[in-house]
Amino acid sequence: MKAALVISERDNVATALQPLEPGRELTLSGHTIPVREAVPSGHKIALRAIHAGEAVIKYGSPIGLATAEIAAGAHVHTHNLASTRGRGDLEVPQADLQPRLAEPPDERNGADRKNGTDTR
Amino acid sequence: MNDRPGFHGFRRSDGRVGTRNHVLVVPTVICSAVVAERVAAATQPIGTAVPHLAGCGQLGPDMRVTHDTLAAYCGHPNVGAVVVIALGCEQVVAQTLAEAARRHGKPVEIVAIQSEGGTVRTTEKATSIARRFADVLAAQPREWCEASELILSLKCGGSDYTSGLASNPTLGRVTDRLVALGGTAVLGEIAEIMGAEHLLASRATRPATATRLIQIITRVETEARALGLDIRGTQPSPGNIRGGLTTIEEKSLGATHKGGEAAPLEDVVAYAAPITRKGLTVMDTPGLDVESVTGMVGGGAQVVVFTTGLGTPTGNPIAPVIKITGNARTARQMADNIDLDVSGIMDDTETLDAAADRLFAEVLAVASGQPTSAERLGHREFAIHRRNPTI
Repeated sequence: MKAALVISERDNVATALQPLEPGRELTLSGHTIPVREAVPSGHKIALRAIHAGEAVIKYGSPIGLATAEIAAGAHVHTHNLASTRGRGDLEVPQADLQPRLAEPPDERNGADRKNGTDTR
Repeated sequence: MNDRPGFHGFRRSDGRVGTRNHVLVVPTVICSAVVAERVAAATQPIGTAVPHLAGCGQLGPDMRVTHDTLAAYCGHPNVGAVVVIALGCEQVVAQTLAEAARRHGKPVEIVAIQSEGGTVRTTEKATSIARRFADVLAAQPREWCEASELILSLKCGGSDYTSGLASNPTLGRVTDRLVALGGTAVLGEIAEIMGAEHLLASRATRPATATRLIQIITRVETEARALGLDIRGTQPSPGNIRGGLTTIEEKSLGATHKGGEAAPLEDVVAYAAPITRKGLTVMDTPGLDVESVTGMVGGGAQVVVFTTGLGTPTGNPIAPVIKITGNARTARQMADNIDLDVSGIMDDTETLDAAADRLFAEVLAVASGQPTSAERLGHREFAIHRRNPTI
């Protein structure tokens, strides 16, 4: 089994496929990094230095922002990475939403109920 | 028989196709749920009940969702006949549930506890009706149906890092294959699309569909603020975090793989509302597993594929739920709950395409009647989503 997996070439973290012990060196997608601390299987390791406030990228998309300076080879988890979503903050700019919200909300999808299951 | 992929199902008079042929015993209200469960127990496995906690004391929108969900189960293609167990004074009206069954060509009878004269008489009468229906259904043959007639419910629960790397992409390939054949798939769990909505929205075939997806996700985020809460308390769950998932975006990106990479997003529908367009539909369901599966089956899904990392037993009263895991330890430790082990993807002994071949074959076999682990173990979890307090 591979030690760790990089899913997209845009990613700045890899997923450990086995427990990684400090002192070991890994080469992943062209990055050679020292394992700086124990990384449990399934957890993430930084492929390069990630600055506080910078996006952490996995699956080629942002998964949150670094809340501290992260060194290449460091464990990336709740102590240094936080979500930007689901905290009541609207991520979609209001300006983008305005034309879309003009469409009347249609909670029960009435217009699409054409196969006779409508019970009203 | 022909060369196109298919299965042996039950063709209904409304044109839809079932993968099971159940007698559905439906209580109108929590007060008649125990009687309904007893009637179903006396006629299982053909008899199956949908016991629930609602049906009275509910405000408008919740009342409507309760009624519409129960009506959707009465009309569902996996149901061949319906027995409605009423109390007599409740909000949900037995006659309109019976009408939903009739409209889809299903035989139906109502037995009411107050007019029948109590638990014992109601149970006896309803059981004899259910037995008569079950005898008729047991003799009905299955017919060849094309895979394109399937609506597959896509679900994940108890996710860990293997979900996004193995089981979800395996299911995504099956979704793409089924949709390419003209079939349908439905993805729920709005909170677990949060952070991956840009990928789905870019596949929407109409601008209004992308807009609706973003509106619903915005609503969930806004609700978290209205409650003064931070969704991080529940998403990702403590088990997800132990498994290495840090943020909801990370969980969502892994979870959204279930919807494939190519299948066009054709529609966004309300909880348990009918799924009417071929291709991929997103349904507005919560992340809670049983409420989510209950809604997607209500929308018309005849088979559920449920990916899991940590393992979970969830089933459904009328639809088979196939469990698939990429976690070798879960496959061993929860062997009785797991139908398909794709952990070979994690150690490079199986490709995603080979795993998808096995899953697609499993879906068709289950659609043709092969029982799932959840069915063998009697897992028939059912929970209708509710948003407001009981009055």
